[in-house]
Amino acid sequence: MPKRIEDFIIRRNRKLNDDYFVLELDGMRSLPEIKPGQFVQVKVEGSPETFLRRPVSVHDVDYQRNILKLLIQIVGKGTETLSRMNQGDTLNLIYPLGNSFSIPSKRDRVLLVGGGCGIAPLLYLARCIASQGIMPDILLGFRNKNRIIEYEEYYDLGNVHLTTEDGSRGLRGLVTGHPVMKDNLFDRVYCCGPEMMMKAVALHCREAVISCEVSLENLMACGIGACLCCVVESIRGNLCTCIDGPVFNTKDLKW
Amino acid sequence: MVKLEISVGNLKFKNPVMTASGTFGNGSEFEDFFDVSRLGGIILKGTTIESREGNPYPRMAETPAGMLNAVGLQNKGIDYFEKYIYPKVSLFDTNVIVNINGSYLEDYVALAERIDKLDKIAAIELNISCPNVKMGGMAFGTNPQSTREVTRAVRAAYSKTLIVKLSPNVTSIVDFARIAEEEGADAVSLINTLLGMAIDIRTRKPSLSTITGGLSGPAVKPVALRMVWQTAMAVKIPVIGIGGIMNASDAVEFFLAGATAIQVGTASFIDPLSSVKIIEGIENYLEENKFGSITDIKGLINLS
Repeated sequence: MPKRIEDFIIRRNRKLNDDYFVLELDGMRSLPEIKPGQFVQVKVEGSPETFLRRPVSVHDVDYQRNILKLLIQIVGKGTETLSRMNQGDTLNLIYPLGNSFSIPSKRDRVLLVGGGCGIAPLLYLARCIASQGIMPDILLGFRNKNRIIEYEEYYDLGNVHLTTEDGSRGLRGLVTGHPVMKDNLFDRVYCCGPEMMMKAVALHCREAVISCEVSLENLMACGIGACLCCVVESIRGNLCTCIDGPVFNTKDLKW
Repeated sequence: MVKLEISVGNLKFKNPVMTASGTFGNGSEFEDFFDVSRLGGIILKGTTIESREGNPYPRMAETPAGMLNAVGLQNKGIDYFEKYIYPKVSLFDTNVIVNINGSYLEDYVALAERIDKLDKIAAIELNISCPNVKMGGMAFGTNPQSTREVTRAVRAAYSKTLIVKLSPNVTSIVDFARIAEEEGADAVSLINTLLGMAIDIRTRKPSLSTITGGLSGPAVKPVALRMVWQTAMAVKIPVIGIGGIMNASDAVEFFLAGATAIQVGTASFIDPLSSVKIIEGIENYLEENKFGSITDIKGLINLS
């Protein structure tokens, strides 16, 4: 699908808690096909300190209403500026960027594992998988109950399991300690979250001989494979997270 | 209609806007956004004899009105270039220019000889100013004697248009421009990135794996403009202005300072259409100010 540069209108900026918000964006042209795992490059206006675009994964797509959703964590000046944007404001995006998660075959047993803001690309992935008639298991991990990001929508798309590190909601501990993870009843695992978590999940999958795809987040300038800044070490040398990823099968990474 | 055509040596450009090496990939990365043949020229990603993996991640840090990079000339080498990249870029209807890099003088010469045989490559940009490699790169471009030797050797090995890309990390860039001119360069392009660094105060680690890197973007524009102005007064060969050009107004400043052509770099990361917008904006500026040709405003800075 050709990449586009396009203005979107903010339909809603929904604050989830102190750290997270969801931008619902109205497309001005009809949306192209967007694959699960793809991302957008958001232009942040207003300050020379937020000079470069910010890569943000697609949280959800509603083709019928022509809406794109971005789930964003406030981590610095760029995301902080975005969090203060209002309904009716214009946001310029370059999209759709990057590769995508592979779509499982109908007989595959599928587990989605998300940690913190890493759950962002999994909603749309779950939707795409569910539309294939597959009921995935969805394992979401958070630090504690106050850090939980809304996950109600995932219930419509799969069997949801929850962990918090302190046990304040769901099972206590890390996602890798959850029974659903230990059971190894899956053919494919899709994972996004903090690097430590993804590495632990990747290691678990390697030992259990399960295909594991992760979505990486690296510092980017262009997002289109021109600057070569966002590289990740792979068994075939440095690859660009923006065009060779953001989704990688962990067997290809030097993890 | 205003005339945008310019020449560098014997080489004609349909307009004076090129894209800077390392910021435009091999052109094809931008084909979804516009017809890259509209550009005056495309300077391809820096190429070396052998394939290079570049520096470890992190190799980029955002800074106020700019960015630091330490990519370190990641590229697949000249064999791969000839086999896979050259056939694609040959199809572009614009001047395709290869930016060449080496650790040793012999590398530059070998590359020049190979590229001399490629019909569809219009020129070489001799990169003696990369700040992000351990050997070669800026070491050539910050030493007058090595600048002289490498320019002379590449000139002898290459029959077509030769552009020497200069480093701003010197006391007097004009001296290096003069050396390039004396040794037969058809043009100089400046500036490459300014050596800089950033530290994450939370981790107390440098933001780049290499500690230092090259600064680009609007932050460097005043420095670049000053250097282009000084250089344009000092040499007779064309000066190609580079450094933080984000829009047509920035570009016009470089022409007024004496540049014959310009390169758009970091701007393409934020707006992939920057370079074509700049072409259109220059055209508008010339029309509005009743100039017939881009060459009319070259060096037209009003110092009265």
